[in-house]
Amino acid sequence: MELLRFATAGSVDDGKSTLIGRLLYDSKAIFEDQLEAVERTSLERGDEYTNLALLTDGLRAEREQGITIDVAYRYFATPKRKFIIADTPGHIQYTRNMVTGASTADLALVLIDARKGVIEQSRRHAFLASLLGIPHLVLCVNKMDLVDWSRDRFEEIKAEFRAFAMKLDVRDLAFIPISALHGDNVVERSTNMPWYEGTALLHHLEEVHIASDRNLIDARLPVQYVIRPMSDEHHDYRGYAGTVAGGVFKPGDEVVVLPSGFTSTIAAVDTADGPVDEAFAPMAVTVRLTDDVDVSRGDMICRVHNRPHVGQDIDAMVCWLTAESELRPGAKLAIKHTTRWGRTLVKDLQYRLDVNTLHRDEAAPALALNEIGRVRLRTTVPLFFDEYRRNRATGSFILVDETTNNTVGAGMILGPTEVA
Amino acid sequence: MPATYELTHLQTLEAEAIHIIREVAAEFERPVLLFSGGKDSAVMLHLAVKAFAPARLPFPVMHVDTGHNFPEVIDFRDRRVAELGVRLVVASVQEAIDAGKVVEDTGPRASRNRLQTAVLLEAIETNRFDAVFGGARRDEEKARAKERVFSFRDDFGQWDPKNQRPELWNLYNGRHRPGEHIRVFPLSNWTELDIWQYIAAEGVELPSIYFAHRRRVFQRDGMWLAENPWTPLIEGEEVEERMVRFRTVGDATCTGAVESSAADVASIIAETAVTRLTERGATRADDRISEAGMEDRKREGYF
Repeated sequence: MELLRFATAGSVDDGKSTLIGRLLYDSKAIFEDQLEAVERTSLERGDEYTNLALLTDGLRAEREQGITIDVAYRYFATPKRKFIIADTPGHIQYTRNMVTGASTADLALVLIDARKGVIEQSRRHAFLASLLGIPHLVLCVNKMDLVDWSRDRFEEIKAEFRAFAMKLDVRDLAFIPISALHGDNVVERSTNMPWYEGTALLHHLEEVHIASDRNLIDARLPVQYVIRPMSDEHHDYRGYAGTVAGGVFKPGDEVVVLPSGFTSTIAAVDTADGPVDEAFAPMAVTVRLTDDVDVSRGDMICRVHNRPHVGQDIDAMVCWLTAESELRPGAKLAIKHTTRWGRTLVKDLQYRLDVNTLHRDEAAPALALNEIGRVRLRTTVPLFFDEYRRNRATGSFILVDETTNNTVGAGMILGPTEVA
Repeated sequence: MPATYELTHLQTLEAEAIHIIREVAAEFERPVLLFSGGKDSAVMLHLAVKAFAPARLPFPVMHVDTGHNFPEVIDFRDRRVAELGVRLVVASVQEAIDAGKVVEDTGPRASRNRLQTAVLLEAIETNRFDAVFGGARRDEEKARAKERVFSFRDDFGQWDPKNQRPELWNLYNGRHRPGEHIRVFPLSNWTELDIWQYIAAEGVELPSIYFAHRRRVFQRDGMWLAENPWTPLIEGEEVEERMVRFRTVGDATCTGAVESSAADVASIIAETAVTRLTERGATRADDRISEAGMEDRKREGYF
C-alpha cells in the first residue's frame, strides 16, 4: 500500500472542513469519541450544525477564536492507499502555513465555491502549490448543489482556472464538481451530475499515479551520519548513512564524493534488514565504498557523470516566515541545505512577487512575513544542489536566524547565479 | 526490491523515522530516547536500532517511572535494555516524592501522571540532555496533531503552540541555546494501525499485557482499570475477572484495559481496523481532564 501526502487549501466558508470531515468519516478515520466530543462542544457553543473544524482545530486559541492557526495533520486509509492530509488555513496571513504543509505534498486540493468562482485566494493557493513543486493539483468545485448542479457553471470555472494555471508550472490538473455537504462526488459518484464523466474525489486520490513523480535519474545521497561500529565483529565497517535524495544507487556503481572529488565504487548498499540490490528515494540506507576515502556528514555521494551544481552563488525563490524581522539585502543568516549547514549573505532581492497577481515588484526593499521573492545568495560553504523543479530534496533549503534560532525562510533554488 | 521503485506506506514511514533519528544523532550532543516499555516506544527503539546497525545505539534510553507499574512492563523494559546493551536512565517519581520535590495528590482518584512532568524536566536538566525522543503520534490527540517533529522547549521545558518553528521538507532545525532542548517525535505520522502493522511485519516484541489475558479489573468512568495496590475502590465498585488487553501502557492507576480476546498481533490488527474509539479516548483517564487537557500538560513540558 502506497502513501499519498496531500495538502488542502481553502478559505473559511468554502466547505473545506466539511470535505475533510466527510473523507475521514466515510473512511472511518473519525472515531466515535472524537465525534461525540465535537458534537458536545458544538452544542455548548451554540453552533447550528456539528462543526467538523473542531476535529482539526486542536489548540485552545483556535477553538476560542474559531480559526485555524496552524497546519493540522490528519490520517486516513482506504484498502488501496494510506493518506496524510496537511490541512492548511487559507487566509493570506497563513501563506507560511500553506508553504509548510505543501512542502512535502504529492498533491494539492484547492477548493472553490461554485457560486463565487475563481477568486483571489484560489489563484494564490494554486500558485503556492506550483511554487512548492506539488506535481498534482485537484480543483474541487464545491457547493454544486447551490448552482443547481449546473454543467455550464462548472465549465465556466474550469475554463477560467485553466487560463490562469497556464501561467504556472502545473504538471497534472484535474477538476471535480462536488457537494461536500451532500457527499456528491466525494466518496461516491454523484447521481445529480450525470454529465460529469470523471471519477469521485476519493477514487482520484486512490488512483493518481505518484510513483513517477520522484527523481529516479540523478543519483544523490547526502551523507547524514558515518556508521563505525568499533566492535570486534565489525572492526573495519565504515558506512555512510543517509536518505536517498534522487536517482538509484546499486553495488558496483562508480561514484564521486563531493566536495573532495574522490571517486570510488559502491561495495554494498546496506540496511538493517541486510544489503539491497538498489536504493532509491526516499529510502534510508547505508552505503559502503570499496576505497577508504574521507567522507563526512554534509558530503554528497553521486554518480561520476551526473553531478549536481557545486557552488556558493545561488538564485532562489524565498518565502519569508517570520513577523519578527524582514529579509533585506545584506542580511546574514544560517542556511541548511540537505545535511549541510552554512551561513549565507543575502546579496540581492531581485523582486517581490505578488502572490495574487504574479506581478513582480522590482523596487521592493524587503520581504516581510508571508512574502515571496527572488533572491541572490552567497554562501560560506559550497552547496551541492539541483534546481528545485528538478529535485525538491536537493533544491530546497531553510534559512535560520542566528540570534533567535528560528526558521525564518524557506527557499527553492532556481539555479546557480549567472555570471554576467 | 520491486523494479517499479515503489515503497509501501510502512517502508516510507520507517525511512522517514530513521532519517529523523539519524539527524538527531548527528546534530545533538546528548540525545536520549524515552522508553517506557509501551508499544510506541518499543517501535521507536526498534527503529533507532535499525538506524545505526550494525553499530550500537549511540545514545541512552530513559524511563520516567511513576512507581505504579505493571510488572510485566518493567520486566520487558529491563530485558530489552540488556539485550541491546544500552544504558538505561530511570527518572523516579517516587524518589522525587520522597525528597519532597513534588507533592502527591491524595484520594481514590489520585494520579501521578502530572508529577511525571517535573521529574522528566529535572532528569533532562541533570543529565544535560539536549534532544529527547518521544513516541507521541499526531493521530493520538488533537494538540499533538499540531506539534512539530522537532519541537522546541525553552529553559523551563515549556512548549509554546502558538510560536512553533515552521518545519519544511525534511530539513529539521534543531538549533537551541544551552538549557533549552528539542523534543523529537519520529513517529509523528504513524497511526495506531500503522504501529500494529509494523509490529507484525518486523516482529517487534511487546510486553504481554498488550495481548488478551484474564485479569482482575473494576469499572470506573466507563473504563476497566486493573486491580492494583495504589488505587482504592470507591463505593459501588467491584473487582471481577475479565478477558482484557491494554491498548496503551502508562501508569497502572490511569491506564484502562479493553475487553478483548485478541491474543496475537494479527487479531489485534483486525480489532484495531474496526474499532470506533481512539486508544486514548478509550483507555486513558489522564486525557479526560478537559477539552484541552493534553495541550495544557504539554505546555508545562509533558511528553
